[in-house]
Amino acid sequence: MNISQVLKSPFRWPWRINISRRVQDRLAIFLFLLPSFVIFLLFIIYPIIRAAYFSMFNWNGMGPATIFVGVNNFKQILTDHVFIKSIENCLLIVVLSLAVQLPLAMMLAIMVGRELPGRAFFRAVFFMPYVLSEVITAIIWLGLFSADPERGFINALLILIPGVQAQNFLGDINQVMGCIFIVLTWKYFGLHMLLYMAGLQNIPREIEEAAMIDGANRWQTVRRVTIPLLGSTIRTTILLSVLGSLTQFNLVWIMTRGGPVNASEVMSTYMYRYAFIRFQLGYGSAVALVILAVCLIFSIMYLRLSRQPDYLGGV
Amino acid sequence: MVIARAQKRNTTKKMLPRFFQYLVLSITTLIVLVPIVIMVFGALKTRGEMFSHPYTPPIPAHWENFATILKAPSFWLMLRNSLIVMVGSTGGVLIVCSLASFIFARMQFRGKDLAFNFLTLGLMFPITVAIMPVYLVIRQMNLIDSFLAVILVQTAFGISQNILILRGFFTSIPMELQDASYIDGCSPFGFFWRIMLPLARPALAAIGALTMIVSWNDLLTPLVLLNSEKLWTLPLGTMQFQGQYSSDLALTAAFVTLTALPAILFYLFFERQIVSGLTAGALKG
Repeated sequence: MNISQVLKSPFRWPWRINISRRVQDRLAIFLFLLPSFVIFLLFIIYPIIRAAYFSMFNWNGMGPATIFVGVNNFKQILTDHVFIKSIENCLLIVVLSLAVQLPLAMMLAIMVGRELPGRAFFRAVFFMPYVLSEVITAIIWLGLFSADPERGFINALLILIPGVQAQNFLGDINQVMGCIFIVLTWKYFGLHMLLYMAGLQNIPREIEEAAMIDGANRWQTVRRVTIPLLGSTIRTTILLSVLGSLTQFNLVWIMTRGGPVNASEVMSTYMYRYAFIRFQLGYGSAVALVILAVCLIFSIMYLRLSRQPDYLGGV
Repeated sequence: MVIARAQKRNTTKKMLPRFFQYLVLSITTLIVLVPIVIMVFGALKTRGEMFSHPYTPPIPAHWENFATILKAPSFWLMLRNSLIVMVGSTGGVLIVCSLASFIFARMQFRGKDLAFNFLTLGLMFPITVAIMPVYLVIRQMNLIDSFLAVILVQTAFGISQNILILRGFFTSIPMELQDASYIDGCSPFGFFWRIMLPLARPALAAIGALTMIVSWNDLLTPLVLLNSEKLWTLPLGTMQFQGQYSSDLALTAAFVTLTALPAILFYLFFERQIVSGLTAGALKG
């Protein structure tokens, strides 16, 4: 670097000349990693350790935690039928997402394909719900699901069919989870479709054409060529979908508060209720740890089972 | 003649699936758009119209609901709060993650893989899981009821994913550039600042746009960490508003429409960045 360049440069490190390359590198590594490690340790790792400590106390958050109860909180959680119900509900959403939402998203992605006229339009529209906040989504659907046909659009459509009564969707213990799943699908299928479309973009068209020339029909091509080649994208969407389903909070909380009679309770609403409504912070900490354990067990199992470790983006 | 007939057969054979494709896609489009359209229609009606014919287009349109909300100071306060938090979190994520990703993409040192895996642990659990423990620590630090708390927590939970995305982008920048700049006497700091960051601008825009959406839409962090009403962000305010004015459906619809508008406009303008950020996160790594 000559003198004129140095003089022109807007950004100059005064110690540049004196310090050896090696020390500079060490310094850069240390300084550049420092902020992320500090924030990560302080706001993610340390809180979890604190929660592990408080989970062994019966503590209402006032003053120091003194009533030591050992693993009693955990025993109580795992025997509480409401918590069991919340796990069942989470698993139900997981299963429905994997069995319905992801295949639907993939079908739409393949349908839109690479060159369908209007492709950009459909992608933009289908992805739009993802951009809306969960609060807005919940309020919109709270209206649509309203039991009164004068207020709820879905019931207004239903009663047009002869012999069909207006349904009390969110107030019915047998229908409420289905309704929540519909809303989740409405909001998130666009994300998965977008990921599949990006994955499809990476598959060379020649491979599919070769299969067609070899006599495979459309369906066989999709099944034997396209889907296997989408493997890593599919793995990513599965991980995203399962973690999202296991920890869904906002939609459920705004639409039903876990009701009626705990019929739509999920793990995170259960935690929120104990920690922030009843202010049993010790018990709440224990619930948080149980949910964390469920997520970690799933993630680790998943990373072991899927051959390459691929990570997720989004959400 | 034969060719022409074959072509014709081919086009009819193609037309039918095409028709079916558009049919399915159009129905899906309707399902996606109708809920949003009904809300916007509702926002443009008076309270009375909302009861008498709730689903028809609002003719003539009534803009009073919007006026009512835009006149309320609390709406502008919440908008401001949301903006502060969003700018803070996005800035935090961009700075913290670009620094760390640069090291992971470009430097060699002992324990690098371990450090990287550690920082990407956050991918295994979303913020919902850790909000309760985080609350305990924020309380201990006396940061409850401050924007700083929300910004720090949102930044912390953005680290894992964004480091992963950015590292991919940084790695794809040719190594020769680094060698050349070192030969010219550039320090690692200078290389990062003058060469890496300008080249990674599209990637930074992508994770910036994603972080902005996540922060703008986040309900749980402000819900747990902010108490006083004058600090509420829009999602929090929307939730409260819905509870408070649940009888006035038109007004609620107007409020929801107004809070959805920035997100939708932002999405329409920055679709490319958002999409590239999301897909890079999913396909790289």
